[in-house]
Amino acid sequence: MLELEHSVNAPVASEPLQERRASGLRRRIRPGETFIQILLFLCACVSIATTFSIVIVLSREALSFFTEAGVSVGQFLTGTTWRPGAGHFGVLPLVNATILTSLIAMLVALPLGLGAALYLSEYASARIRGVLKPTLELLAGIPTVVYGYFALTFVTPLLRRVLGAETVQIYNMLSAGIVVGILITPLVATLSEDALSAVPDGLRNASFGLGATRWETAIKVVFPAASSGVIAACMVAMARAMGETMVVALAAGASPNLSLNPFEPAETMTGHIARISGGDLSYGTIDYQSLFAIGLLLFGMTLLLNILSRWVVRHVREVYD
Amino acid sequence: MNGEPACVIETRNLQINYGSFCAVKGVNLSIEPRTITALIGPSGCGKSTVLRSLNRMNDLVPGARVDGEVLFYGANLYAPEVDAVQVRRRIGMVFQKPNPFPKSIYENVAYGLRINGWRGTKASLDARVEAALRGAALWDEVKDKLQQSGLALSGGQQQRLCIARALAVEPEVILMDEPCSALDPIATLKIEQLMSELRQHYTIVIVTHNMQQAGRVADYTAFFLMDHDRAGQLIEYGPTSQIFSHPRDARTEAYISGRFG
Repeated sequence: MLELEHSVNAPVASEPLQERRASGLRRRIRPGETFIQILLFLCACVSIATTFSIVIVLSREALSFFTEAGVSVGQFLTGTTWRPGAGHFGVLPLVNATILTSLIAMLVALPLGLGAALYLSEYASARIRGVLKPTLELLAGIPTVVYGYFALTFVTPLLRRVLGAETVQIYNMLSAGIVVGILITPLVATLSEDALSAVPDGLRNASFGLGATRWETAIKVVFPAASSGVIAACMVAMARAMGETMVVALAAGASPNLSLNPFEPAETMTGHIARISGGDLSYGTIDYQSLFAIGLLLFGMTLLLNILSRWVVRHVREVYD
Repeated sequence: MNGEPACVIETRNLQINYGSFCAVKGVNLSIEPRTITALIGPSGCGKSTVLRSLNRMNDLVPGARVDGEVLFYGANLYAPEVDAVQVRRRIGMVFQKPNPFPKSIYENVAYGLRINGWRGTKASLDARVEAALRGAALWDEVKDKLQQSGLALSGGQQQRLCIARALAVEPEVILMDEPCSALDPIATLKIEQLMSELRQHYTIVIVTHNMQQAGRVADYTAFFLMDHDRAGQLIEYGPTSQIFSHPRDARTEAYISGRFG
């Protein structure tokens, strides 16, 4: 006991108290920390720089398309025929096919994805969730080209058998849309499930405590509380559907066609880019440059969707605050 | 007393397990109408578990298993034909942490009525919401901002909103799980005053960590303690004045006088 006291008191006796206290607090230089910070900052920069580079490249080529090909922006955006060989560069058929297949995809993915998310977060036991969620995520790992052939060799024949071969053509937007929907379902499901699971259990208990059933609790309490996250998930999925290429390139056909009939073939923006750029197209031609105009437009559309989703999310949140 | 039964809730040899762990066992408790009964005891003694078993909230906990009987006006709540959802409509609950829905004050209170299939007019719904808010001594503070979010209220107001929400469906019993533990002393006082008023119409069972609170508000007090297997047991139950001044069990006296817990 005495010894202990001695050892505690010893340093105080040998140096002034003030100095001893201050010395431990002196600012230290940590080169490692600074290095890590710079490294992480550069990582963040790479993605930003990539995005900007893409926009610059797209814009430059698109600009030369508009100036050299003699196609005005107005003609490009409102033209109803896309036939580069004949000099017709109206993008509407491609935009129409992109939007139509994406909407069909959302019609499939929203009920399936949100239903799965609600089941996983509100109904499933821990054991079932442990099996189901990884399985669902596995779906997201299947290469899209496999989905493409799934559409072409399974869904399309099925549609033709059910709805009639004279109604449904071999290449059609419906089959492509349905399969894109299946492809983005895991995305809707997992992102929404994250949002639903993040709702505090206190709200569920409050609802159950008032005599609400699981369904009432899920629909009237959990879902509205998670609405901003769920809407964000849907917007991400929509953007993904619009950008999806392989399935539509394989199953929707290769002819730009302005039609609202989902049984008809129609080439989407991404499908057209993939087909033309995969062919023997020489650098600097008008056809080549037109692809960049399409790409820029698609980029603008998804950007708009993104901005819209942010606005919606903020708007929905305001209702509750 | 015009045929009113002697007790609203009675537990008989109640035992609750979470998986293989026995949280509480051998609880025999009878709760009289229009009284406040406090469940006290150190952390982990099973008092919240007992409370949650009274309106079958434990059904929602995976692995929870209830043995014995909980009689509500003489009928066993755990009989196979009893619907847990209906039980909770008649035995309401207020939780430890104020948990208003992220909805307006009005919608928070109307929620329970809406899920019960409210068929009345807008005016009658308004009246029920106002009555519930008055019942929870919150009306005067929120009457001009019913459309504002319930989350914008202070902690004490939020808790009274949760009480109003429970009152709106006109339950017979209100279970309160440490309703003041997240509140400051002034908000706590308001809730305690409110409980004394509510006692005229409702039967209240409250879990509290705060012995003074039990002493202030409760007509009856039940003292729980865990045994050597960490299973909670009801040690002593009686009028609050007796539990606090003349406890029969030495362990109750030790706890009351602050020697442990």
